[in-house]
Amino acid sequence: MTIDIKKSAKNLLTDTGVSRRGFVKGAAVATGAAIGSGAITGFPTIWAQNIKNVTLRQFGTGVSNINAVADKVKEDLGFTLQMTALDSDAVAQRAVTQPNSFDIADIEYWICKKVFPAGTMQPMDTTKLKNYDAISKLFITGKLTPDSEIAQGTAPHKVGFVEGPDSVDFASAPTQWMTLIPTIYNADTLGIRPDLIDRPIDSWADLLDPAFKGKASILNIPSIGIMDAAMVCEAMGEMTYGDKGNMTQEEIDKTIAIMIEAKNAGQFRAFWKSFDESVNLMASGEVVIQSMWSPAVAAVRSKGIACKYQPLKEGYRAWGGGIGLAKHLSGLELEAAYEYIDWYLSGWVGAYLNRQGYYSAAPETAKKFMSEDEWGFWMEGKAAEGDILSPEGKVMEKAGAVRDGGSYEERMGSVACWNSVMDENKHMIRKWNEFVAA
Amino acid sequence: MASDTSKRSSYFLITPMAAIFAVFLVIPLLTIVVVSFWDYDEYRILPDFILENYSYLLGSSVTWSIYLNTLKYAALTWVFTLLIGFTVAYFLAFHVRSLTWQIVLFMLCTIPFWTSNIIRMISWIPFLGRNGLLNSALINMGIVDQPLEFLLFSDFAVVLADVHLYTLFMVVPIFNSMMRIDRSLIEAARDAGASGFETLKSVIVPLSKPGIAIGSIFVITVVMGDFITVRLMSGGQSASVGLQISNEIGLLQYPAAAASAVVLLITVLLIVTGLLRLVDIRKEL
Repeated sequence: MTIDIKKSAKNLLTDTGVSRRGFVKGAAVATGAAIGSGAITGFPTIWAQNIKNVTLRQFGTGVSNINAVADKVKEDLGFTLQMTALDSDAVAQRAVTQPNSFDIADIEYWICKKVFPAGTMQPMDTTKLKNYDAISKLFITGKLTPDSEIAQGTAPHKVGFVEGPDSVDFASAPTQWMTLIPTIYNADTLGIRPDLIDRPIDSWADLLDPAFKGKASILNIPSIGIMDAAMVCEAMGEMTYGDKGNMTQEEIDKTIAIMIEAKNAGQFRAFWKSFDESVNLMASGEVVIQSMWSPAVAAVRSKGIACKYQPLKEGYRAWGGGIGLAKHLSGLELEAAYEYIDWYLSGWVGAYLNRQGYYSAAPETAKKFMSEDEWGFWMEGKAAEGDILSPEGKVMEKAGAVRDGGSYEERMGSVACWNSVMDENKHMIRKWNEFVAA
Repeated sequence: MASDTSKRSSYFLITPMAAIFAVFLVIPLLTIVVVSFWDYDEYRILPDFILENYSYLLGSSVTWSIYLNTLKYAALTWVFTLLIGFTVAYFLAFHVRSLTWQIVLFMLCTIPFWTSNIIRMISWIPFLGRNGLLNSALINMGIVDQPLEFLLFSDFAVVLADVHLYTLFMVVPIFNSMMRIDRSLIEAARDAGASGFETLKSVIVPLSKPGIAIGSIFVITVVMGDFITVRLMSGGQSASVGLQISNEIGLLQYPAAAASAVVLLITVLLIVTGLLRLVDIRKEL
């Protein structure tokens, strides 16, 4: 306890720059309050008092670095959460090379596969998480429902657990030690302009349909683009893959050959790399069918332009991220981190993410923070009764709208492949560059 | 004794410049060269001495096609910026008689450069697009039935944007050279019975050579290293050396990017050396 008080005193000094007098007073108050409250409730409120001085530094990709979350953390838990947004390559690099520069890492599962073995993070003790049981089975066993099939690629449950508290070896079955607590995930598919396409689209193969010559696009981020390409080649019946998330050199070569052929035949209008590029291509009508992300579809629609996130019979390409603990966390900060993670699963954030069109890792807790209509629209595939608002209060869908792809079970239950990083990554990137230069 | 002092003071005077060059140019360049021999995996660079970065780079057909493509962009941009730049400079230097108007018109040329070059580039996209202003206008006027697809996300678009962005780099040095031409030489040529074209060919072009060379160096080096114009205007469908380096950096393949950068640097230095052989800038400045 003395150590903790000292630590909080140090934080007081460094963080707010109070005078020595103020510091002594503050420390005395903190001690008094801690002892007093401890006596009354019996709850280890010593944390609750000191925790206000804790600052946790979280870094990750833009999608889940939401300032509203940091504000709510301050309000609900009392401590400060600092967020830094980086691109996924930088996140991975920083997690490995600067282990002391962060407390909470917000990374995707395929990054976790490479980063966790470097030993700069520590697994979480699931017995300390009150909401552990609320986590979707997708992240525990890989099966959303007992009879669903496990998807290819870096499915989260494959890298979700390690053997023990100091282990960096991924466990083949759930253990007490979890690498990442899932935060945000979704199922991606093709976006189309239904007003410019006059036939039903139901397969990934439609991306290379000559009918859309010069009007198709694919995303130019090699590790994700190659998966979309693989979904297309498989749907065309040109290829079968052992594991689309971990292709052999030969599979990569053949896939790229098919894509190069299509490119040279003029199939693609452009390749996109950033979110807004994909929105502009679609909104301007340069492209009528392309790989797309869910919020980009929403952005096109918000301009009053028809755009559909088309479910396809071969299934979705899914991605997911989670938050994990830095190795150096201990004592009060570690307790704060656990509290934060438990809070993350307790529903408020889940509801926020659900309203953005992503999914919460603990759907049942999120339900408590959503209206029946919201839950029906986002999670059950029902028609909206009133207007559906984004977390910021903007109208996203008018009454009567139905979510593309339907319910949570329909969408997340038909995932064909998860984003991943391949053993043949270097080779894949070289071949992808050939595709771009072709 | 006196020469010793002046020698010492000139060493003293060049020290700041030399120090700045050493810190901001020589050391970073040496670092790039050193790193280009290192090894790497997904997330780390590993100090080593391997030739794999270079052997892959120089042995890959992709590199050759990328270099060919980049040289094509550089050559086309050079031709168009030179023609336009020379014409504009000629007009400013020889047709506009009053100094005031020369300054006003010259300023007018620079005004677009007060905005970000990315903005100037991106504004072409809605203009040239399938449903863009130009295509709509052409269709409404009945000139074409179908929108012209080659206008955007093509080599045409890349070269157009490059020419738009970099012509001023050609105008300024050529204009500068032309302003130094002694007007009496032109009168002498006319008195000797030379036609306008002969004067241009035998007097103005040779005396503008330093400006042409400097402008060419600017344009060629910028286009050779460019990545954002190629990415945006080709819709990500064409590659350039700069784009390749930028992609490698994005994927944390720093050693591969460093090797590409060294090869690009050597290529550009060769081109510049070639240009300097043709025109002795020092002598004619």
